[in-house]
Amino acid sequence: MKRARAEILSTRKLGAYQSITLVAPEIADRARPGQFLAISMPAGRDFVLRRHFSIHQASRRGGWAGTLEFVVDPSSGPGTGWLSGVAAHEFLDVIGPLGKGFSFPKRLTNCMLVAEGRGAAELYFLAQELVARHKRVDMVIGAPTMEAVFKPIEAKRLSQTVAVVTADGSLGEKGSVLDVLPEAVARAGTEVLYAAAAPRTLRDVAEFCAVQRIPAQVAVEERMGCGFGLCATCVVPVARKEGGGFDNLRACVEGPVFNPARVLWDRWIADAATFRELRQAVATEDGDAG
Amino acid sequence: MPAKDRTLAVDLGGVTLPTPAMIAAGCAGGGRELAGLVDLHRVGGLVSRTITVHPRPGASTPRIAESPSGVVWNTGLQNAGIDAFVADELPRLARAGAPTFVSIGGGTLEEYVRLTSALQARPEVAAIEVYLSGRDETMDHEILGAHVERLVEIVGAVARTSLVPVFAKLPGGVADVVTLARSAVRAGATGLTLSGSPPALAVELGTLRPALGDVTGWLSGPALKPLTLRTIFEVSVAMPHVPLIASGGIRTGSDAVECLLAGAWAVQIGTGSLVDPAAPVEVARGIAASLKALGLRAPGDLRGRLRLPAVPDRAAGA
Repeated sequence: MKRARAEILSTRKLGAYQSITLVAPEIADRARPGQFLAISMPAGRDFVLRRHFSIHQASRRGGWAGTLEFVVDPSSGPGTGWLSGVAAHEFLDVIGPLGKGFSFPKRLTNCMLVAEGRGAAELYFLAQELVARHKRVDMVIGAPTMEAVFKPIEAKRLSQTVAVVTADGSLGEKGSVLDVLPEAVARAGTEVLYAAAAPRTLRDVAEFCAVQRIPAQVAVEERMGCGFGLCATCVVPVARKEGGGFDNLRACVEGPVFNPARVLWDRWIADAATFRELRQAVATEDGDAG
Repeated sequence: MPAKDRTLAVDLGGVTLPTPAMIAAGCAGGGRELAGLVDLHRVGGLVSRTITVHPRPGASTPRIAESPSGVVWNTGLQNAGIDAFVADELPRLARAGAPTFVSIGGGTLEEYVRLTSALQARPEVAAIEVYLSGRDETMDHEILGAHVERLVEIVGAVARTSLVPVFAKLPGGVADVVTLARSAVRAGATGLTLSGSPPALAVELGTLRPALGDVTGWLSGPALKPLTLRTIFEVSVAMPHVPLIASGGIRTGSDAVECLLAGAWAVQIGTGSLVDPAAPVEVARGIAASLKALGLRAPGDLRGRLRLPAVPDRAAGA
């Protein structure tokens, strides 16, 4: 883990998102898919905590060597709003790479990657590394709208098959990733599954994997204070390997990638229902989110 | 003032810190996390997370929400319990190189005594900080340290049992902090940490729900600085010889110097350390720069330098 004052090489709008590329060789060299960055906010504003972004791309070779790319959803709050307006050649205070990333399968070859919204950014990085290890990659990409489907062409480039679903049907099939996952898995002969999505989707994916007996790794989203293990706010309840009970593990240090078979989903979801999910629940249940 | 005579060291009633800038409770991790982000040999001291007798899984998530210039949080004192702490975390924390204060928290007098006893034989412990913002299970009070008689009982017991200096961290957002401060010192506290985070609530309008999983929490961050300054000022005027550690809203050298002027002997950086883990080193650097600019020798020379209008009752304590 390194702290760097990193220059922004470029920043560009990609559908609903802003994609930012930094020059940070020390971080880029160490970065693995699933790991993330903690980015400092500007002085003199009333939002103080660092913001946390999974790594979309870390280039170690070629013309882009030493660069890092991450993806911001400008609508998620004042910090991401500010970050999406930062211009090239400005500097950001970055700590990374943080957390435990995904691990690569040794023996199994057919990998299914399931992403929702911005979660796709880190899975494309994973897909690249899997392809480099001669694994077969298939994807299911979901989002609320067409604009929120992250780089669908990139998904096609990286995988054998891609199923796209949107909640409003504006791109691909209408529905959620779970609606198309069973068919995609059957078609691809999936042996290992990776997912990055909101907690409820991850829970459903975990259930599906348990029934299908597919080993899986999921990257969780939980609100973080620091991002490097000090504040113990971003915890996820995970069953102990030995003995009974569970531990509240920090998503920033022990995660953000967890084995979904050991996450106590119902305990966590009851806690962690995200802002957007609840807002939808409020809208559909006429004010009572239960 | 020759540069060689200048020092950042402070003596807090028997515990000497290399600089007055410490890391606040719950923001120092467990001894591994800060490696590579800050050189703990250059940090004045650190306070462990608050340790309880039994392991605690902690609060429901979300545990943190931003508020204007601050955060509302509630970790529910997640910790592995005193036995695991003494066996694993304490040696690691102390090895990292900064004087180690251990924060202890309980719901009953017996728990505080057990915690203090468990730390008695540990040479790694520089001082004990008594967390007093929790629930009083015996008396059924919402905030244990807000009640003078219980504060006296508990701080007194810890001070009598402890072999190292004891700092009472008074709860934030309580009435008549000077009375509480006097009581804690009379009961045997070496010094005071002022103050704990005040109780707070964050609401998410879009969902009509509280922002935290456990509903209520505590406010931390820059928003607290004026509250901390006022508390430090009032208590230092009342008890100028008692070591006071300012905690709440301090993240820069200027913030720290303001606190020293108001009467603090040292400062703790909490939320500021979460944002910038090297903040305690920067704060110490800022204090050193102020000492140089003012031609002063040590952080203690800033104490009482707040230029007050000539009101007799205020001037008497300064």
